[in-house]
Formats: sequence, structure tokens, C-alpha cells
Amino acid sequence: MSHPFSKSSTEVAPLHSDLLTINIGPAHPATHGTLRLQIQLDGETVANAAAEIGYLHRGFEKQAEACQYQLVIPYAERLNYMGPVHNSNAWCHACEGLLGIEPPARAQSLRVITSEMARIIDHAVCIGTNLVDMGALTNFWYMYNYREKIYDLMEELTGARMMVNYARIGGVCLDAPEGWLESARRVMADLAEVLGEVQGLVSRNRIFMDRTQGVGVITRELAISHSVTGPCGRAAGVNWDLRKAQPYWGYEKYAFDVPVETTGDTYARTMVRFREMEESRKIILQAIDAIKDGPVMVSDHLVALPPKDKVYNTMEGLINHFKLVMHGIRPPRGEFYSATEGGNGELGYYIVSDGGPAAWRVRIRPPCFANYSVFPKIITGQLVADAVAALGSINVIAGELDR
Amino acid sequence: MMTEADVAARVQEHFGARVLEAYSFRGQHAVTIAPKDLREVLIFLRDVLKFEWLADLAGVDYLGFDDREWRFEVVYAMLSMENNVRFRVKVAVTDDSVSVPSVWDLWAIANWEEREVWDMYGVRFDNHPNLRRILCHDEFVGHALRKDYPINRRQKLSAPSESILCVRSELA
Amino acid sequence: MGLESHVSQPFLATRLDEVINWGRKYSLWPMPFGTACCAIEFMGVVSSRFDVSRFGAELVRFSPRQADLLLVMGTITQKQAPVLKQIYDQMPDPKWVLSMGACASSGGFYDNYTTVQGIDEIIPVDVYVAGCPPRPENVIGAVVKIMEKIDREKAANWR
Repeated sequence: MSHPFSKSSTEVAPLHSDLLTINIGPAHPATHGTLRLQIQLDGETVANAAAEIGYLHRGFEKQAEACQYQLVIPYAERLNYMGPVHNSNAWCHACEGLLGIEPPARAQSLRVITSEMARIIDHAVCIGTNLVDMGALTNFWYMYNYREKIYDLMEELTGARMMVNYARIGGVCLDAPEGWLESARRVMADLAEVLGEVQGLVSRNRIFMDRTQGVGVITRELAISHSVTGPCGRAAGVNWDLRKAQPYWGYEKYAFDVPVETTGDTYARTMVRFREMEESRKIILQAIDAIKDGPVMVSDHLVALPPKDKVYNTMEGLINHFKLVMHGIRPPRGEFYSATEGGNGELGYYIVSDGGPAAWRVRIRPPCFANYSVFPKIITGQLVADAVAALGSINVIAGELDR
Repeated sequence: MMTEADVAARVQEHFGARVLEAYSFRGQHAVTIAPKDLREVLIFLRDVLKFEWLADLAGVDYLGFDDREWRFEVVYAMLSMENNVRFRVKVAVTDDSVSVPSVWDLWAIANWEEREVWDMYGVRFDNHPNLRRILCHDEFVGHALRKDYPINRRQKLSAPSESILCVRSELA
Repeated sequence: MGLESHVSQPFLATRLDEVINWGRKYSLWPMPFGTACCAIEFMGVVSSRFDVSRFGAELVRFSPRQADLLLVMGTITQKQAPVLKQIYDQMPDPKWVLSMGACASSGGFYDNYTTVQGIDEIIPVDVYVAGCPPRPENVIGAVVKIMEKIDREKAANWR
């Protein structure tokens, strides 16, 4: 009888078969924030997984009940730090629905432009960091370079890079500066090149395909049961985009496609995001072409602050400004649910108003919460390394997940 | 094409007096029902009216809001992609001694959402597999989104090891 | 002193503190403890346009045991606080802490039941960076401030 370790040995030593419990996060580089997973491993295969959330629970909902409607805008923005502009646009959209007003056409176009830029940044960061997790660092630099260009635009438009605080209830705070739309058009032209470079590196890349195809599959049934919307849902064959189905801000005027895949794996999610960036570019260019001159705020003095020259030069303007700042915007008593298509799916705000200057209850329906709840299920039975790839492609934003 | 008003009419027609309150505001409709009817209403919506999606589940505390007989409401925001229509079902919960039937077996998302409502409002869900806190830490006392919880009453988490190294029961 | 006649190779005389601090300050190994928005902006700091590697601090270590600069980026909640403390305790001396952004420095505009009102309630902080989130230049400025601080330190004070 030979030694069991020798090459000629036919004996296979029985492996120790206990499951190994390991903890990932909440401070782990692959978790992109503050997620925490506990998984039980059978060899390298995930036998069981559980997720723990709440590490970035910042009390958004309680905070929003405690301050006036317009003061919620910056809080709303910080929920989703990948594409912040969209969240504040959506919050204002919800308040406008509650008030029963509509912003002027130019403001709507500016919201479309900024929201779509937010979507592009969101997807760029998501794809870039997801590829870093899989060892493809170059794309991260390409994507971040492009992101900086959009941040420059944001800075020119609003004065801030990331948390721009641009939307207002009833419109947007500033009109686009002269030449801004033209620079936006130029930056959008660059996107094709960036997308081409990155897609060229990954989309037919054997390593990338092997790492992502058939990995972390969300089936259509699972998507419905877990209410998975947005790119993750569309990758699973849920052909649903609120911009098409329930249009707002004049999305019905723009021609764009809704990319849908059927496999529901990490590869499909990445490809949907690539194509969505391209569609967003189309929407932005159309919106720039179609933008109308005009005001960017409603003229309702119960909602919009008066122009500064009136505040400084007339008594009525001063009183109006003072009343609005001190007593706030007062929507009628009622409750309203408003949903928009955020970067990761249906971003809903459910507001209950008691007629006062602050909401009685603000509930945000975060896309990431639903998308992440499916995660422990889809990694069960997969390799632990694939779990990391799947996690990045779901694009869980802890700010929205935990609020 | 079905509108929210049609859905409300169908639900009222089907459930009659079991609909405690019908509500509409700016074209959005909702019905309030008692906890015992919840599953029946949701299954009716899902199977008959094609509301496949539970888009959102939220709690609301109406303490001191008006003279309604119940303190909490649990709001189920339903979405039908087939008919492109939304609808809300609200469950009236008198106080925290009343529990609501869980719907986690109908929609898996309800598992986490119900945990959140329990965490934030202390509304209990029957037959929930794992009803424990989800956003606040385990040592937290009280329910943060209740109107009688002061916004800045902080509760420190004592020891790092306990919260980090314990193995969750759902894993076992 | 006539020392030169005893040593064949050329040499430079300096103080131990200076040479150690010189080494430390140009090779900071940051451990990013990113929880929220600031972490995304920090990615901007390390990526091509701002490029913190110009200051020798680009080699981001995700293990606290291999790092000497803790970057706390984002809101720290009560649930997260013990984790932060543990990570700080795991870092070997000498170590410095950079608190990036309003939330980490003071709780920011989250004054409610769940947020820690500044990480200095838990761990010592060397440099606070204002902003919500701070601009990348601002963060690089703070790294330089840490370098200046290292320069003034006595190497022997660290164990």
C-alpha cells in the first residue's frame, strides 16, 4: 500500500465536510459600502447565505418628517450617491404631485437632462467598480475619467460636483448658463468613445464572459416576487420602464429603446447597463434639441420663492420670501405615491400630508432594497468569488438600501 | 384599460362592507381594510385583477393625526404591469397588540419589508419566519418612526464583538 | 570631527526622527473606511484626474493591519460605530485618522436617533475635512496636512 499523498496512490482521503461560516463586511472592499453577508461555504460553493443591512441607516424618513418639504431635497439627494440629481428631482416630482402643480417645460427638460446624466454616472460607476472586483482595473479609469466630465458639467450648471441640490419644488433653481447645453452636447458625443473602449475590452472578453455568464441568475419569477425593477429586472426579462409606461417630465416625447435581456445573469445586467447609457445619451441629445425657452420655476407664489430683485425692492416680495421660508410650502391634506425610474429601478415616494409645512410621513420606496433582498438567494449554490461579481452588478447603494 | 377608480370599484363591489374606508386623492385610489381580510384582498388583486407586483410596503403612525379609530396603517402599494395601473391597500391596525398576517409567502420582498415595519413601528406580523430588527441594531429599545419616539434619542450599541461575530439564526 | 577619514563611503548625517518621518509621510498607506457619499468622491480622489498617488498615498489597503492612515468617509451610524472602533484598534501604530466630510466629522445634517455625531466620539481624529462631500482637492489638502503633522512628530512617541 502506497502513501496516500503519493501520485500512485488510488486512495482518496475523505474530506472534512463541515460547512465553514464566514463573514463578509460590513467593511469589506467588495461590498461597495456597508453591506454585510454571512455565508456558509461547502468548499468554495455557497451553501447558505444571509444578508444583514442597516449599517447606513441614517434616519431619512424620520428626518424628513421633521423638516419642511423643500428642506428634504438635500436629504433625498444623499440617498443615492451614485446619481444624486435624480433623487432630488424625483422628490420634487412627488411633492408637485401632492400639490397638483407641474413645472414649466424648460424645467422639465432640464430635469430630464440632469436625471439622465445621473443615470449615466450611476451605470459608469457601477460597471467600473464591478469590473475592478473582477480584476479589470482599466475600465475603472476610463469610466471615472468620463464621470469627471459630467461632474464638470454639473459644476458649471449648479456650482457643486456631486450633491448639487439643483431641483426645487415647482422647477429647478437655476437656468442653464450660456453655452452649457452645447458643452453638454459635446460631452455626450464623447460617451460613445468611452463606451466603445470599455465595451471593446469586456463584452466579448472570454474571461469576463466566463466570470459573468450564468452567474447570479435572477429569474423573471424571482424578480416579480422580490419586486426587482430597473436594469436588474430588465436583464431578467421584465420589460418595464416607468419612463415609457408612466411617462413624466415629457419622456413620451423622446424616442428611446428599453433594453431587455432574458438570461438575468451578471453578464445580462452589465450589458443592459451599457445599452441604457447609450439610450440616456440619445434622450439627452433629444432633450437639448427640443428644449424651449421660458421660465424654470412655476410662478405660484405659494410654492416658488420670488425673484431676488423683488425681495430686495418690494415689500410684497420680501413678505412672500419670508412667509415661504419660515412657514414652508403647505400641500393639502392627503396622501400621494409617486414613482420615477431611478438608476436602479422604481424610485417611489409615498407622502402623507397633514396640511402642514412638513410631511406627516415620508416613505421612500428604494429600488436597492428590493434588488438586494434577492441577493442571498441568487448566490446560493454559486462560487464565493462569483458572489462578488454578482453583487457588483446589482449595484446596491447602501444609502438607499438603509436610508 | 383599467383605471385606479375601476380597481377601487371592483374591490368595493367584491368585498362590500369589509372595505372600511375608500380613499381617493388626485386620481390615486386606496382602500382600508381590517387585518383579517388582508390576504384575501391581496390574493384577489393578484389573481383576478392582475396585480402581480407588491411595489412597496410601508407603515404609517397616525397618532394625533385625526380622529380615526386606529393608530397604525400598513400600506401595500400594488402595481399591475399588465394593466399599467397602481392601487394601494391599507390595513388598519388599532395598536401594537393587533398583528397583521404576513404575506412573505406571496411576495418574497415582504419578508424584509415587514421586518422594517416591525423595526420602525412595532407592528407584528403573524407567521413571519424571521421577525427581528432589520435597520436598527439589536439592542435598540422602542420603535424609531413612531410619533412618540423623539428624533434624537440615541441608543448606543455597546460591544463590537457581539454584533459582529454572532451567527444569525436564519443561517443555521 | 575627522569622521570622514574613517569611512570610505560618502554619507549624510541627519536626525533619526527626520529620516523616519520622511519615510512615513511619503508612503502613507490609507485604509478607506467608506460608508456613504464621501467614499464615491474618494474614488474620484484616487482616479486619474486628481490622483492622490502624486502624494505617495495611492496604495489603498483594505486591511487595517496593513495601513497607517484611516480615512473615514461617510456617515457613521450607531450600528456601524463598533465596527469602526474595531478597525481602528486593529491598525498598527503609528496611525493617523482623516475624517472626511461633514457626517464623519460632526454627524452632518443627520441629527437623529441613529447617527453618531462625529467619529471623535469613538476614535481620535487628526484632520477634519469640511464639505458634503468635500472636493477632491480638499481631501488631497488634508492628506498634505497629515504629512505636515507627521513631520512635526517625534518618532519615539509611537510605540
